[in-house]
Amino acid sequence: MSPSSSIAAEPGAVPAPDEHHEHHPSYLVDGTTVKSWLLTLDHKRIGVMYLIWVLLFFLIGGIYALIVRLELLTPGPTIIDAMTYNRAFTMHGVVMIFLFMIPAIPGAFGNFMLPLMLGAKDVAFPKLNLASLYLLLSGAVIAIWGMINGGMDTGWTFYTPYSTHTTTTVAPILFGAFIIGFSSIATGLNFIVTTHTMRAPGITWFKMPLFVWAMYATACIQVLATPVLGLVLLLVVGENIFHFGIFDPARGGDPVLFQHLFWFYSHPAVYIMVLPSFGVMSEVVATYSRKNIFGYRAVAFSSLGIAFVGFFAWGHHMFVSGQSTFNAGVFAVLTMLVGVFTAIKVFNWVGTVYKGAVDFKTPFAYFCGFLYFTVFGGMTGVAFATASLDVPWHDTYFVVAHFHFIMVGATIMAFMAALHYWFPKMFGKTYHEGWGLVSAALIILGFNATFIPQFLLGNAGMPRRYYEYPERFQTLNVASTAGASLLAFGFIISAIYLVYALVYGQRASANPWHSRGYEWLTASPPPTHNFVGPQPTYTEEPHLYVGPEKSEVPDAV
Amino acid sequence: MNELLNNILFLPERASTFAERVDHLHYFVVGVTMLMSFAVGTTAIFFFFRYRRRSDTQTTEYVVPSVKTEFLFVSLPLLFFLTWFVIGFRDFVFVSTPPKDSMDVYVMGKQWMWKFSYPEGPNGVNVLHVPANRPVRLLLTSRDVIHSFFVPSFRIKMDAVPGRYTQTWFEATKPGTYQILCTEYCGLSHSKMLGEVVVLSPEEWDAWVKEQRKGSLQNRQDALADLSLVPQPARMAEQGQKVAAEVGCFKCHTVNGEPHIGPTFLGMYGKQETLQDGLSLRVDEAYITQSMMDPGAHLAAGFPNVMPTFQGKLTGPQTAAIVEYIKTLRTPDIRTGASSQGPVYEPIQ
Ligand code: HEM
Ligand SMILES: [Cu+2]
Repeated sequence: MSPSSSIAAEPGAVPAPDEHHEHHPSYLVDGTTVKSWLLTLDHKRIGVMYLIWVLLFFLIGGIYALIVRLELLTPGPTIIDAMTYNRAFTMHGVVMIFLFMIPAIPGAFGNFMLPLMLGAKDVAFPKLNLASLYLLLSGAVIAIWGMINGGMDTGWTFYTPYSTHTTTTVAPILFGAFIIGFSSIATGLNFIVTTHTMRAPGITWFKMPLFVWAMYATACIQVLATPVLGLVLLLVVGENIFHFGIFDPARGGDPVLFQHLFWFYSHPAVYIMVLPSFGVMSEVVATYSRKNIFGYRAVAFSSLGIAFVGFFAWGHHMFVSGQSTFNAGVFAVLTMLVGVFTAIKVFNWVGTVYKGAVDFKTPFAYFCGFLYFTVFGGMTGVAFATASLDVPWHDTYFVVAHFHFIMVGATIMAFMAALHYWFPKMFGKTYHEGWGLVSAALIILGFNATFIPQFLLGNAGMPRRYYEYPERFQTLNVASTAGASLLAFGFIISAIYLVYALVYGQRASANPWHSRGYEWLTASPPPTHNFVGPQPTYTEEPHLYVGPEKSEVPDAV
Repeated sequence: MNELLNNILFLPERASTFAERVDHLHYFVVGVTMLMSFAVGTTAIFFFFRYRRRSDTQTTEYVVPSVKTEFLFVSLPLLFFLTWFVIGFRDFVFVSTPPKDSMDVYVMGKQWMWKFSYPEGPNGVNVLHVPANRPVRLLLTSRDVIHSFFVPSFRIKMDAVPGRYTQTWFEATKPGTYQILCTEYCGLSHSKMLGEVVVLSPEEWDAWVKEQRKGSLQNRQDALADLSLVPQPARMAEQGQKVAAEVGCFKCHTVNGEPHIGPTFLGMYGKQETLQDGLSLRVDEAYITQSMMDPGAHLAAGFPNVMPTFQGKLTGPQTAAIVEYIKTLRTPDIRTGASSQGPVYEPIQ
């Protein structure tokens, strides 16, 4: 490996700052009308719009979460009645999963960073990219309309025959989710094609940043699995309105068929949610420990591995549904493999810190939280896959705690890390580091305080989706609600100093972290066509920190 | 030791042969998880301090894992995971395979109660009586939506799926009363779908069976129902169904759409009923109430005038509850494989 860094932009190729000032305004100020934003084809503006919307959805989902937690403060009715509660936890799940966790990182950061990391001017299909944002929004509008006009009480898993018989308004919400699915497919397709065709000269497959690998693996799952969800949601709507009889045993249907179809999408979907966070963390750990990724290929391939075996593990959601014992065994083993792929990543991340130079900044604090949530959440996942243990745990609060640890924990850590890590790149401003660390600490603590009691509740036997519960579960529930308040407080602090930074923050330099990631090879915020002057040249791996940093990228407007 | 671990982990008391097996694996798995997390965590924290950044221009060495390291990364977790799998799957086979000599009980989940029936006779609602130290096989189904039968103290759980039978089994190890919970979301009163398993010693069991044969099940069940954990029914409709079953509406009326001695309750509310005398009227609260109190007043066409009056037999609230119940029977909620009647306590022949 050459000791000198040549990943930086060719020094001579960079125009002098004052020269590009007029001709290359940053994407943020290139057009200031509302229309120039709403109809933009610039992946960066689309990314920013995604960011704004998913934050709003996160807020809505979070409000539902707090309502649910408050209701569970006492064993009996606390603030709302049973039906309202049942709708609230359903809406919490639907909003968080379909409107926040699935689109958040790919939509906001994937859109923004992927072309930058590939040295491309945009994604392969800019119009499709804009369309997928509007598909997401129209799905959201339909679903939210349904929530206001009646709501739905099935849980985000929509199990039949309950969902086909409930008198609440299932159809618009499922139809909304169906449309959101198209958004997901379009984004995935765009990323796959972009990765295949738009890599700048020098960026071979094994020189792609790991975030790109993760987005690529995610996109493959999105394109392959989402159609199945679309299909099954439509069938449920049909069943609910026209009584098709596909899932209704009274008409010769099979309710367990629904579970197979649903989990065939939704198990891979959990990796749609978690793989992007793995990608973000690979970037973050390399940058802040200023070191090459320990086992680059292992991390890259394990993303593909997870995407692949993730498709064959869905049956672990159905150990007690009456499926055959043999099936249970097969699904259990296959699930173990997902655990192994995740373990490879964890070890390699820790290995990356080895002999590094750690700068404990806010995104790195989130990396620590992430490491812990992934290890603990992942291990409890494997514990679940141990078929006999799943029997008492299934559908109890242990499941709730498990998937919040692994998917919510990991996604939130990664989302917050990405937001802080790329904030200077996206907005050209810096935030207050001290407050960043404080709120990271609060969020991680709050998260633990919320979900560790839920693991114990599951052990004690409290089923999920309970409006009322036997009194012996109260202490742990109170603890969990207290934790949730702490968590909310942490987010509020973040929101305040980030908005403050956006308005009053200091100008960020092009590469404030001295990262060697490709996306830092342009100005902060980047100009409309991503690079000032000719494209940078890419001859070495990303994440490579051997030798001194050579060139500085000019600051943009 | 077990006692202590169970307290730390908040595990409920252990009352079946399967519970032991699950808990032992549980300790092992939790132990390994804690150890691994601790190892990864401390290594990471050690690295954070040991390799903290010392200068702004610091560069690092290029370090990549050897094949041996990568091999270790894969094989170490795989080894543990496969060990868990082998033990876990063996235990899973154990709980999925009822012994040949087990006693059968049919379990039917229904919004929002558990109904038990023994092949030899007695039925019960929300209270399941079983003998200790004898394998009991549960054959589960549901009359409406999916429910899931969960007894934390036995560590068993099995979905009750409409249209099919699933099975599980347990062998209770000590007499006592254990809670049953429903763990598959099944609608409004999901969290009230509680019941209990009463495990009887062999002598008590024999006495209980004998008593059932005397035909006093009804009184006994009623008495038990009062003491049980079953909360008051959530809605009038639920209450109404119970009352309808108790006063005997289902002797003549079905709820599955088939006319019996009287018209079916399904879809009755709100429909246009043709009467004996050629007129027709819309079935509303008033008509239903009138039919209960003065059945002959407006006879539905095609049915004999055999219905007794319930005047004075039903209180106001009970009548209202039955009306509410009939109002809920609007969807084509036709279930096969389950009896069309409400929970009726029938003495053994
Ligand atoms: C490390 C590997 C993992 C393994 C071995 C694993 C295993 C399992 C198993 C066996 C269950 C079934 C529990 C039950 O329903 O009774 C489960 C549930 C679940 N897992 Fe994981 N999991 C892993 C990672 C993940 C990840 C990465 C996510 C999300 C990003 C996730 C999300 C979920 C969710 C959402 C459920 C709950 C399903 C429900 O609604 O009942 N798991 N997991
Ligand atoms: Cu239920």
